Parts: sequence; structure tokens; C-alpha cells
Amino acid sequence: MLEIFQYPFMQKALVAAVLISVACGVVGSYVVIKRIVSLSGAISHAAFGGVGMGYFLGVNPVLAAIPFSIVSAMAIGGVRQVAKISEDTAIGILWSVGMAIGVIFINLTPGYAPDLFSYLFGSILTVSNSDLLIMLVLDMIIVAVVYIFRREFLAVSFDEEFSSVTGVHALAIYLLLLALVALSVVVLIKAVGVILLIALFTIPAAIAKQYSYNIRNLMILATVIGIILTTTGLILSYIFDLASGATIVMVLAAAFAISYYLNG
Amino acid sequence: MSVEAVKIRNVDLKYDEQLVLDDICLDIDEKDFMAVIGPNGGGKSTLLKLILGILKPDSGEVQVFGRDPVKSRHLMGYLPQHVNFDPDFPINVFETVLTGRYHGLFKGYNAEDREAVLKVLDDMEMRDLKDRQISKLSGGQMQRVFIARAIVRDPKLLIMDEPMASIDPEMQSSFYNLMARLNEKMAIILVSHDVGAVSTHVDKIACLNRKLFYHGDVENSANGLEEIYHCPIELISHGIPHRILKDH
Repeated sequence: MLEIFQYPFMQKALVAAVLISVACGVVGSYVVIKRIVSLSGAISHAAFGGVGMGYFLGVNPVLAAIPFSIVSAMAIGGVRQVAKISEDTAIGILWSVGMAIGVIFINLTPGYAPDLFSYLFGSILTVSNSDLLIMLVLDMIIVAVVYIFRREFLAVSFDEEFSSVTGVHALAIYLLLLALVALSVVVLIKAVGVILLIALFTIPAAIAKQYSYNIRNLMILATVIGIILTTTGLILSYIFDLASGATIVMVLAAAFAISYYLNG
Repeated sequence: MSVEAVKIRNVDLKYDEQLVLDDICLDIDEKDFMAVIGPNGGGKSTLLKLILGILKPDSGEVQVFGRDPVKSRHLMGYLPQHVNFDPDFPINVFETVLTGRYHGLFKGYNAEDREAVLKVLDDMEMRDLKDRQISKLSGGQMQRVFIARAIVRDPKLLIMDEPMASIDPEMQSSFYNLMARLNEKMAIILVSHDVGAVSTHVDKIACLNRKLFYHGDVENSANGLEEIYHCPIELISHGIPHRILKDH
């Protein structure tokens, strides 16, 4: 079976699996403990607007998704401050509006968008070297920011109000965390697609959370779990000739169910 | 001359066009132990958030130790009413209390901070549990951790929102013993909707229901009455005929 790793596309897919697992393990841990899963879902769907814009402008859709997802993250996170719109409502609006913008941009783009499907459902087997480079750089930014602001992220995730009383700029830290979610979305977009990536955000961290009561260990464990499960999904998708993104999600879900059962 | 811990002058605050606090004036001195009581929705938590600088008044002035509340935050300790966190939140008792020693961006916690945490956990008889994950504690233990978090940087003003809500009735007297000890070093303001419990322990009482009614010194208003009743008494029973304090 090991011969499948001799193919260059499979090697790249494995590197991609490691890179997405780092983003998911680190940022996903905050997403799960701060309970911003649906908010992260909205950011990921809104990022599709950027993908469409990338097609329209003729730039790498993954790069075009960066400003789009960051702006939508700021919009959702900041809406409470400037308008009487609940975060929940803002999530619902941006979730679909981002997708709609993406679809319209693609409509406006002459010709056919051949790999559109891969941005929706992912295609880890077609990641290019430049995709990997983008993912690597974003991973490094994410890890560096988390390391620098780890005290603030922990304080704000645990008790936002108390943290602001101790002098943490809670809103700024919260928005910074959402910006990291946005960057992680971009890391994941090519491999699993905007629709499926929320499973990668939540499931490794949710499994790890059952075994670790220390945030750093949680992140490391979630990353390792992510690598194991995405690689498993990748191999299964190859063996059974199934869509890679969907297979990875099903492996994650099965692992979560088993872990929950063993812990329950 | 010493500076007042809290000075509130003619403060109005609105939520959605509704006046929640109406022309509030309040003074808290350095060694006061004050309870603000009143019905739910009467603005008690809002008042505390003004003192903490989390909310800003629509009109009027709030000063804490002679300065804007935000500038005096390092002098305040805060016990929120609820801390709503994920039950599996990856944080233990020690780390939770340590967040009370936050110094600012790019500044880590030092050995002094860690010692301060251990000392306050000793005071709270919680040191044995310092490595316990936070939600593996009983309600009373958790409350002690949050009190420890509030006082770990030796505040000059301790602000508590419904501290009795998650404490078992039998723990009340030990809680007030602790407060009496802390009160030697800091001013304390607590809010409670439970009028009976606070009255015998604090030295000043104010009632808040959109407007603030200050009843002043508890001892002065209660001494004579205790003699008549021969027991600690509930000082204030709003709307009940046997009113003990003077009418608002």
C-alpha cells in the first residue's frame, strides 16, 4: 500500500494534510473552547466570495479569499459594537451573502470555472506547490500570533468581561482571534473546501479536549489527531476512489463518535 | 487627605432608550463594606459595570480613586455574577487565578505572580486543588477560585456581583468572615437581590431600583431595632408593611 506515497500528488497531499492539521489544531482549539463554531462556519462560507473574485480578477482564488474572509470575520465580530444586529443574525447573513457574491463573480467570469468544485468540497490531491507555500506561510503566521498572544487569547476565551477588567483589550483580541480563524479558513480551502472545512476546525479539537486540560497540550494533541485522521481519510479515499474532502470528514466524524463512546 | 474609592455623581444610563440608572449619586470610602440591594433588573450589575469602566454613563461622572475607572482598573478586583465557559475548558485552578495578575501585552507572568497565586490559594484553602481542571470543582470551590482571581493582585476595591448566588447557605458565615478580613485592606462593594443575607454583615446599604436610595450606616439605623427584636433583623423589606428603614 505504501507505493501510493511514491506519487508526487500523494506526497503533496500528505504535506497539505500536515499543514491543515496545524491550523486546525491551533485555531480549532480556540474555536471549540470559545464556542465560535458557527461563526467560523460563516467566515468559511463568506470566503467563497473571495474565491469567486479571484476567478473574476484572474488571481489565485486562495489568495483572493484572504482579504474576503478577514473582512467578513471583522464584520461579524464587530457588528455588536456598531449596530443593533446580533452576532447570530450577522452570521446568517454573511454565511449566504459571501457564497452569493462568489457565485455572481463566477457568473461574470467568461468561460468555465473548471476547479470550482474543489473550492466547495476540497481536493487535497490537486494542491499545487504554490498552494502549499501559501498554506505554510499562513501556518507560520498563525502559530507566531498564537504564541505571542497566548495569554490574552486564553483570558478572553475563558472570561471576556473579567479579562477586560484586568486590562486586556478584549475586543481587539477577539477580532485578532477571528482574523486567525479567517486565515485558517484560507489554509483549509483548497484541501477540504468551504463547505466541509468546519468539520476539520471542530472535530480534532473536540476529540483532544476530552483528554487534555492544558491549552498547549490540547493544540498539540488536536494537531496530531488531525494529521492521523486526514491521512487516514486520504488513503481511504484513494483506495475506494471517493472524494477526498468528504472521506476525510467521514473519518473525522467516525473518530469523534468512537472517542465519545470510549469516554462516555 | 485620602481619595474616595468610588465617587458617582448624577449618573444616567440608558439601554435602548430605557433609563436603567436615573441620577445616581454614590460615595464609597476606602474602608467601606457596602451592599447594594434591589430587585433583579434594577440596574445593580449595570452600576458595577460603570464602576469597572465596562460601561460609560450617558451623563454624569464616575471616578474610582479620583480617576477615570479605566485608569484605575489595576486597583480593582472583580467577581462576576456568572462565568460562562465550556465545561471542558482547558484551564486549571492555578492558571485561572493567574489570569488575575495580567500585566499587559508581551509581558509574561513572573515568579512573583506565581507566588501571589499560591499565597491566595492558601488563604482560600484551595492550594491542594491548584492543578484541578476548573469545572471539576463544586460550586462553592469554584466561587472561591473566582474570589481568589479577584483579589490576587491586592486590589484596593473589591467589586462583587451576587457573590452569594453560588455559595451554599452553610458557607455564608465563612464567606463573610473572609470579607471582614479583606475589608481591613480594601473597600468592598457587593450587589445582591437577597436582602436578608447581607444586612448583618455589611456596614453600608443602598437600594437600587433605577434610582438609588442610600440608607447609610447600617449600625446607626439598626442598633435600636436589634434591641427590640432581640435578633439580627432583615433591614429592608420593600413593600411589606413592617418597614424598618425610613421611607424612600
